[in-house]
Amino acid sequence: MLTHKLATPVYPELSTILSTSKPSPPMVRMAGVSLKYGDMLALEDATLDIADGEFVAVVGPSGCGKSTLMKLVTGLLPPTGGDIEFDRKRVTGPVRGAGMAFQNATLLPWRTTTDNVMLPLEIVEPYKSQSRSNRKALEDKVQNLLDIVGLGDFGDRLPWQLSGGMQQRANLCRAIIHEPKLLMLDEPFAALDAFTKEDLWQVLQDLWMHQKFTGILVTHDLREAVYLADTVYVMSNRPGRILHRCHIPLDRPRRPETTFDPVYTEIVNDLRAKIAAVRNAK
Amino acid sequence: MSGFIKRTRAWLVAFALLVVWELSCRLFHIPEFILPAPTRILEVTWQFRNELALHAFQTLMTTIVGFFIAIVVGILLGVAVGSSSAVYDSLYPLLIGFNSIPKVAVVPLIVIWTGIGTIPAIVTAFVISFFPIVVNVATGLASVEPEMRDVLRILGATRYEMLRKVSFPRALPYLFASLKVAITLAFIGSVVSETIASNYGIGFLMLSASSRFQVALVFSGVIIIAIMSIAMFAICIQVERRMVSWAYRSQAA
Ligand SMILES: Nc1ncnc2c1ncn2[C@@H]1O[C@H](COP(=O)(O)OP(=O)(O)O)[C@@H](O)[C@H]1O
Ligand SMILES: [Mg+2]
Repeated sequence: MLTHKLATPVYPELSTILSTSKPSPPMVRMAGVSLKYGDMLALEDATLDIADGEFVAVVGPSGCGKSTLMKLVTGLLPPTGGDIEFDRKRVTGPVRGAGMAFQNATLLPWRTTTDNVMLPLEIVEPYKSQSRSNRKALEDKVQNLLDIVGLGDFGDRLPWQLSGGMQQRANLCRAIIHEPKLLMLDEPFAALDAFTKEDLWQVLQDLWMHQKFTGILVTHDLREAVYLADTVYVMSNRPGRILHRCHIPLDRPRRPETTFDPVYTEIVNDLRAKIAAVRNAK
Repeated sequence: MSGFIKRTRAWLVAFALLVVWELSCRLFHIPEFILPAPTRILEVTWQFRNELALHAFQTLMTTIVGFFIAIVVGILLGVAVGSSSAVYDSLYPLLIGFNSIPKVAVVPLIVIWTGIGTIPAIVTAFVISFFPIVVNVATGLASVEPEMRDVLRILGATRYEMLRKVSFPRALPYLFASLKVAITLAFIGSVVSETIASNYGIGFLMLSASSRFQVALVFSGVIIIAIMSIAMFAICIQVERRMVSWAYRSQAA
């Protein structure tokens, strides 16, 4: 099982009362980060702290630098200004201990669902050294995760035999099978129809509540952002700047009914109005 | 069912062409040293069957050896060109330049360097057929989605792991596509070399037959090369079907 990450204190209320000292350091910290592609400023002065286990959504119009922000946090791209920390260490190159998923599921067409999800375990330690000697245990681990996302019976299918939504489920599994501290999602549901999309919100939330990773979801769908995140960051048009930080006080687990909750709709409308105001101002 | 009809149709067309050919030869009394009739070619083929088999075997062997060297070198160069931009920048223009040289013009050089007989035929078959393999392997390696690359880099995959688990399998359909071109080219290479510098092989047999005006025997040679070439092509397709069946299935979906 994957539960060892859930080893929270037995008396959480008590522990929060007792820990009068500093709160735990953030998992991701960006301080005045900017990025230029050549002369073009894509991201300007991004500053944010993401706590351990927090789920954050970044919303903004296309081309505002959301994907760029993801690449910066994971060290795939060096910033042209500012500082980035992940897990208390300065990011200088591609970070270890993160998972990623994109709009394009990029499953390997010659691997079955199980083998696709297995891929990170063949690369990341400590699983890599077990992958020969103890493959059965790893297969069970994969099966366990597939069961959670509703792909339990599809482990031996090839990607082309799966629907778009199922491929994306497998993609999510592949992104977190190695229990990364940070999950990066770049518009993972953008290509799916509305029904499938909302199913997958549920799946993603289940996974998050199960593994308690820190999550960053990049999206241009406000409803999705508010539904899934603890904190929503709103970005401006290019050059991307962080305009608003909005805490979402809705209880977990959120359910499809949550979308009819007045608090939910109010937050969505409020954010939408703010984005509209910014766009009209330009 | 429709596949069967299609295949029969191809055979029927081929057969009809042979009949037209045969009839034209007979009706217009075309002399044998210009265009022998199919039945005459058949007759000569049978008459020289032992010699033809011997030379065909020689050509087949040189071609296959050259072809396998081309596969090995082609994959190695393709991987080098496809996975390092430094190698790409320094090697690719050279390769293109090399490929634009008409290989037939190089055969005399190859003969000077390697003597006559089997070796120059193998070398020519290799030289003429490795280029499409290099290009396709390099292209296939480059066809990995940038997102997949990012995922692998974040996982901390080594270059070798990326190549073995993702890029190379991804490049396999491209490799097989190039093999089908390469095997045909390899036959051209060995036959050309045999016509220039050998006492063995179908190329040599055709050249000596044509110098004796045994045009029917030349045709026998042509047909045997065609048959061998088609057979190798079919083998390539079978291996391809086995090894990259996923590439076909995903298209069917
Ligand atoms: N590699 C690159 N080189 C040059 N410009 C880029 C590159 N990647 C993205 N851009 C530009 O930077 C801006 C932000 O891109 P991106 O971060 O992908 O936006 P988003 O994900 O929000 O749609 C866009 O205008 C895009 O055209
Ligand atoms: Mg993007």
